[in-house]
Amino acid sequence: MAEVNTGGGEQKRGKPKKQTLRVDFTPMVDMNMLLITFFMFCTSLAKPQAMTLVMPDKNKDLTEQDKSKVADSKAITLILGEKDIVYYYLGKPKYEDYTSLKVANYKGTNDKNSLRNLLLSRNIAGITKIRNLRLLKDKKQISQDAYDKQVKEIKDSKDGQTVIIKPMDKSTYKNLVDALDEMQICSIGKYAVTDLTAGDTYVVKNLQQAGALTRASKAQ
Amino acid sequence: MSKVKAKKHSVFIDMTAMSDVTVLLLTFFMTTSNFIPREPVQVITPGSVSEIKVPDANILTILIDPAGKVFLNLDRKEDKIKVLEKVGKTYNITFTPKQIKSFVDQPHIGVPIGVLQKFLDLPSDEQDKAMKQLGVPTDSTNNQFRTWVTYAVEAHKDLKHEDLAIAIKSDETTPYPKIKAVLNTLRDLRQNRYSLITTLKGMPVGF
Repeated sequence: MAEVNTGGGEQKRGKPKKQTLRVDFTPMVDMNMLLITFFMFCTSLAKPQAMTLVMPDKNKDLTEQDKSKVADSKAITLILGEKDIVYYYLGKPKYEDYTSLKVANYKGTNDKNSLRNLLLSRNIAGITKIRNLRLLKDKKQISQDAYDKQVKEIKDSKDGQTVIIKPMDKSTYKNLVDALDEMQICSIGKYAVTDLTAGDTYVVKNLQQAGALTRASKAQ
Repeated sequence: MSKVKAKKHSVFIDMTAMSDVTVLLLTFFMTTSNFIPREPVQVITPGSVSEIKVPDANILTILIDPAGKVFLNLDRKEDKIKVLEKVGKTYNITFTPKQIKSFVDQPHIGVPIGVLQKFLDLPSDEQDKAMKQLGVPTDSTNNQFRTWVTYAVEAHKDLKHEDLAIAIKSDETTPYPKIKAVLNTLRDLRQNRYSLITTLKGMPVGF
């Protein structure tokens, strides 16, 4: 391939001997390999993924209004604690009963105390609907647009759970992203990240001290 | 008796095919990949199942390292020049054309405004080293982060570009109060929509 035969069939006497011309491609290959290595190290193929987070507007304190609108049976408050622990209570916090605050973790469905299993049991209707829709979409029975529209409808429906995420100061960024991720996995459309209130700090402390705070306030 | 000598062939491996393949690979890499911008700190982003892509252009990236140091990255050069102008006006600093060029070439904004001029006079490799230790101040008494974001949004609007998207890139281990400080400042500026940059994690089975 890399040789050009300039000679004719047979050599005739008197005529100068014609040589086959060969181009050595080895240095070319070497250089290309170097360039490829450079590109592999210095560039990234995949574009980074992102997750959208919308915070409530500070000037209009929407969260307070929203909170009062949400029925207690549909509200879950997650308090992201230290060492990958999530504290949660359903509805309103019960200050006198420390066992009303439960503990969960970020592990998957295999762990029975995981956040995912909690949300799964609370939002099973929504999750099943969306799972079926996704199956239909994968089989190309509905279009992407129709899928998006229906998913939005399910997520916005009134039966859906409302989750309030309150990260404590000891939690990390990963905890927040993990919690937001669970919302996506468990198809929860209504969730908000808000600040911790004094009441929340109280219930967490009360649980950590196994109800000591309640007993102290009763003794007074 | 003489031994029968084996005829010597010159060993010549034809590299043309190999060359073809490498050129093809090279073309592939050049067209599909994009350069990783130099970042003052390396962060490991948390994983998520979200498959939304970060927008290509008109994006303000906020990089927060585990210690809470904040760095900003504006992708448009015109915006950066305008932002520097505005900051200079507020803080009564006049930048030389050389300093402006240095500011545009440096991908991140990450030093207190007080030392900005001195910083811009450094050669670019020393800039990277110096920036690692600094970061934009975010404390409430001297919130220069707020100043930069305000001007970035303003400059972007002045130049009539599309809306500026805000992306937040942070390390897994960053404590939440550091993130909260940044989010609160952004919320004060009525920027309520962010893209949190994450690495893709597969959807768990059954969902």
